[in-house]
Amino acid sequence: MKLTGAEIFIECLKREGVKTVFALPGGVVLKIFDTLHQQKDVEVILTRHEQGAGHMAEGYAKATGKAGVCLVTSGPGMTNVITALADAYMDSVPVVCFSGQVPTNLIGNDAFQEADNIGLSRPCTKYNFLVKDVNDLAATIKEAFYIATTGRPGPVLVDIPKDVSQNVAEFVYPKSVSIRGYNPTVDGNKWQIKQAAEAIMKAKKPILYVGGGVVFSGASQELLELAEMTQIPVDMTLMGLGVFPGEHPLSLGMLGMHGTYEANMAMHYSDLVIAIGARFDDRVTGKVSEFCPHAKVIHVDIDPTSIRKNIHVDIPIVGDCKTVLRELNQILRATVNGEQKDLRKPWWDQIREWQRAHPLTYNQDNDGPIKPQQVVKRLYELTKDRDPIVATDVGQHQMWAAQYFKLARPNRWLTSGGLGTMGFGFPAAMGAQAAFRDRLVLCIAGDGSIQMNMQEMATAVISKLPVKIIILNNGFHGMVRQWQDLFYNGRYASSNLGTTPDFVKLADAYGAVGLRVKKVGDLDAILKEALATDKPVIVDVPTYPYENCYPMIPAGGCNHEMILEDPPELKMKQSGGAKVTPEDKDTVLTA
Amino acid sequence: MEHIISVTVENKFGVLSRVAGLFSGRGFNIESLSVAPTLDPSMSQMTIVTSGDERIIEQIVKQLNKLIDVIKVVDLNETEFVSRETAIIKVHTKDVDRAEALRIVDIFRANVIDSTPTTYTIEVSGDPKKIEAIINLLQPLGIKELVRTGRVAVAREPVRQAAVQAKKIARE
Ligand SMILES: Cc1cc2nc3c(=O)[nH]c(=O)nc-3n(C[C@H](O)[C@H](O)[C@H](O)COP(=O)(O)OP(=O)(O)OC[C@H]3O[C@@H](n4cnc5c(N)ncnc54)[C@H](O)[C@@H]3O)c2cc1C
Ligand SMILES: Cc1ncc(C[n+]2csc(CCOP(=O)(O)OP(=O)(O)O)c2C)c(N)n1
Ligand SMILES: [Mg+2]
Repeated sequence: MKLTGAEIFIECLKREGVKTVFALPGGVVLKIFDTLHQQKDVEVILTRHEQGAGHMAEGYAKATGKAGVCLVTSGPGMTNVITALADAYMDSVPVVCFSGQVPTNLIGNDAFQEADNIGLSRPCTKYNFLVKDVNDLAATIKEAFYIATTGRPGPVLVDIPKDVSQNVAEFVYPKSVSIRGYNPTVDGNKWQIKQAAEAIMKAKKPILYVGGGVVFSGASQELLELAEMTQIPVDMTLMGLGVFPGEHPLSLGMLGMHGTYEANMAMHYSDLVIAIGARFDDRVTGKVSEFCPHAKVIHVDIDPTSIRKNIHVDIPIVGDCKTVLRELNQILRATVNGEQKDLRKPWWDQIREWQRAHPLTYNQDNDGPIKPQQVVKRLYELTKDRDPIVATDVGQHQMWAAQYFKLARPNRWLTSGGLGTMGFGFPAAMGAQAAFRDRLVLCIAGDGSIQMNMQEMATAVISKLPVKIIILNNGFHGMVRQWQDLFYNGRYASSNLGTTPDFVKLADAYGAVGLRVKKVGDLDAILKEALATDKPVIVDVPTYPYENCYPMIPAGGCNHEMILEDPPELKMKQSGGAKVTPEDKDTVLTA
Repeated sequence: MEHIISVTVENKFGVLSRVAGLFSGRGFNIESLSVAPTLDPSMSQMTIVTSGDERIIEQIVKQLNKLIDVIKVVDLNETEFVSRETAIIKVHTKDVDRAEALRIVDIFRANVIDSTPTTYTIEVSGDPKKIEAIINLLQPLGIKELVRTGRVAVAREPVRQAAVQAKKIARE
C-alpha cells in the first residue's frame, strides 16, 4: 500500500505504541499536522512553546519508561526545542523529536526558516537523522525509537523535509533493527560479577550508591533484594530518588552537594562503594582527589564511558543493572549468612550515630514565616497514600523536595539534574499527566523557574492536564542568593525577583485555579483544597526568603566537610542585622 | 603521550563532523586526522593522531566506540604498527639551488612530481621525523607551499600469525 510520508509517520508511531505527541505546527510540517488531524489513534497536545513540548515528552518518558515524542517545525521551532533535547541528553531520557525541514531541493540555500537541524542537535542528541527520501522514512523512525530506548537511553532527532512528508512510498515497517556500530552490552562479565560478590562479602563498611540507571533498567526489585539480603545502606543520587523506598530503614536518602549528613559520611568512610547506574557526577564526588579515600569501587553501568571517567574503578562491570543485579544476587544468596550482618554491625552503629548527630532540620515557628521545608513535608504527608508523581524545577525548592519528599517507587520523580534546567518542572509534570490522566501529579516549583515555562498553563487548561503546582515563593532566585550569601559577601546581584507576578491572578487569567497560603496555619487546608480540585492549580506559598538549604558541600569541597547551618554572620544578618538593603527588606515584609 | 587510533566508520554524510565534534566538544586533542573509503565502499577508515594520558586515551577510545556510526576502534599503540605520512612541498629553486634540491630529494628517496623553471614540487613519504628533516633541509631554498596528509597507519600482523601463514604458503 502506498502512503504519504505523513501517513507513514503516523503508522510508525502507532506501531511504536505512541499515544500522545507534544507538538507545535509550522509551514514545513503542515502536511503531518493535517494528517494527524484526520485520525484518532495518536493524540496531539498543542503546546505554547517548543521547549514545553520537549520537556513534556521528557516527563512522559520518565513516568512511563517509554519514549516520549515531540514534533516541531523547522528553524525557530527547532532552536526552541534544543534546551529540552540537551536536558534529555544529560539525564539520559528517551525522547524522539521530529523536526520539520525545508524541502530537500532548498536545503543549504538559506531558505525561509531553514536551520541546520542536524548540526544544531548533534552535540545534544544520542543520534540524529535527516530523511532525504520518503522510502527511508519508516526504517529511520524504527531505528530512532530503537536507539532512543536501548542501551543508555537518550534523545534522537528525526529531521523530515517538507517534500518527504508529502511524497508517497510503499509502507513497510521493519520487524527488527540491526546497526553494526551499535550493540549495547546487557550481560555483565561473569568473572567480574564474581569478583564483586567476593568484595561485598569481605567488606566491613560497604555502601550502595545508586542512580538513574537503576530507574531506566527497572531494577528496583533487584536492588531491594540485594540491600536487604546484605544489609548494605543505600545512598541515592538526585536522579535515583524513588528507586529505593525513601522510608526504608536501609535508605540514607540522597547523597552529594545537598545530600544528608549520613549519606555523605557513609560514602566518605566506606571501604567498598557499589555504584549502580550512577555516573560519579561532580555534585556527588566533590573534590575528586579526596573522594572515598578508603574504598574499593565496584561500578555497574551500561555505558563504558561512564566507567573511569572521573574516578578510579577497581571492579568495572559493563551491563544492564537488572541483569547484573540478578546474577549478583544469585551468587550472594548462596553465600550470605548471618555472620556478614554481625560483621557489619559496627558500621550500622556508626551510621545511626551520624543520623542522630545531624538529621535534616529546620525551624518552623507557629506564627513565623512559612518555611519551605514545612511545605514539602506537609505536601508529602498529605499525598503519600496517593502515590503521586512529583516534578520539580531547579533551585533550592528542588533540593528541599529531594530531601523531604520520600518517594517509595521509581518513575515518580521528574527533575532536571544534569543540565539543571529552570522551567523543566511544569511541562514535565504535564507530560506525565498526559500519560496518566487519573494520577495525582505535583509540581514543586520556584517563583523564578515557573516563569520560564508559564505559557504552558494555557496548554494545561485546554488539554485538561490538572497538574498541581506548588510555588515555594521566596522572592528570589534562592539558590543563587544562597551562594551569594555564602561566597559573595551577601551581594544580591540579580537574584532578587521581587514579588511580581501575582500568581493567583495569573492562574485565574489562564482559567486555572489560584490559591495562596497566607500563614503556616492555613497550609494544610489550602493544600487539601488544591488536591481536591480537578483543574490545574497554582498554590502560591510565600516562604521565608532567607532560608538556606543544608547540608551543603561547597563546589569542589570534600564530602565529609559539610556546611550544616548558616554561619554566624549570616544568622546575624537575617535577624535584622546590618547588611539587609531596603530593597531586600521589602521582600521579607511582603513575602 | 601520542597515540594513533584507527577508526572504521560508516561511509555516510555527517560522520566526520560527529567525530570532529566529539574531539572538540570534550576538549580532546587532534594532531591529524585522515579519512578515505575502505575496500568495502560502505565503510571509511580514519586514522587519528592524538595525545593524552592513559585516562584520556581510554575515554577517547570509549567515546569513539559509543558513536553509533563507528564500527571499530583500535588504539594502535597497544600493538605494533607501521605508519606513513606524505608531504608535497613546492620549493623555489633558482639556478644553483636546483641541483641542491635534487640532491636532497635523492637522499630522502623523495620524488619530483612537477617542475617549472623556478620551482620543484617534491613528494616525500615516511615517518614524521623524516618529513620534518626534509622540510628543514629545503627551508633555506624557500618553501612556497607545503601540504601534509597526516599519518595513516596499520597494525602489524602478529608475528605468530604471520609465521603460521608463511608455513601454509610454504606447504602449498
Ligand atoms: C541545583 C542542583 C543540585 C544538585 N545537587 C545534587 C546532589 O546533591 N546530589 C546528587 O546526587 N545530584 C545532585 N544534582 C544532580 C547532578 O547534577 C547529577 O544530575 C546527578 O548526580 C546524576 O545522577 P546519576 O549519577 O544517577 O546519573 P544519571 O544522569 O541518572 O545517569 C545514569 C547512569 O546510569 C547509566 N545507565 C543508564 N541506563 C542503564 C542501565 N539500564 N543499566 C545500567 N546503567 C545504566 C548511564 O549510562 C549513566 O551513567 C544536582 C542538580 C542540580 C540542578
Ligand atoms: C535556564 C536556567 N537559567 C539559569 C539557571 C541558574 N540558576 C540555578 S538555580 C536558579 C534560581 C532558581 O530560582 P527559583 O526557581 O525561584 O528557585 P529557588 O532557588 O528560589 O527555590 C538559577 C537562576 C538555571 N539553572 N537554569
Ligand atoms: Mg525562588
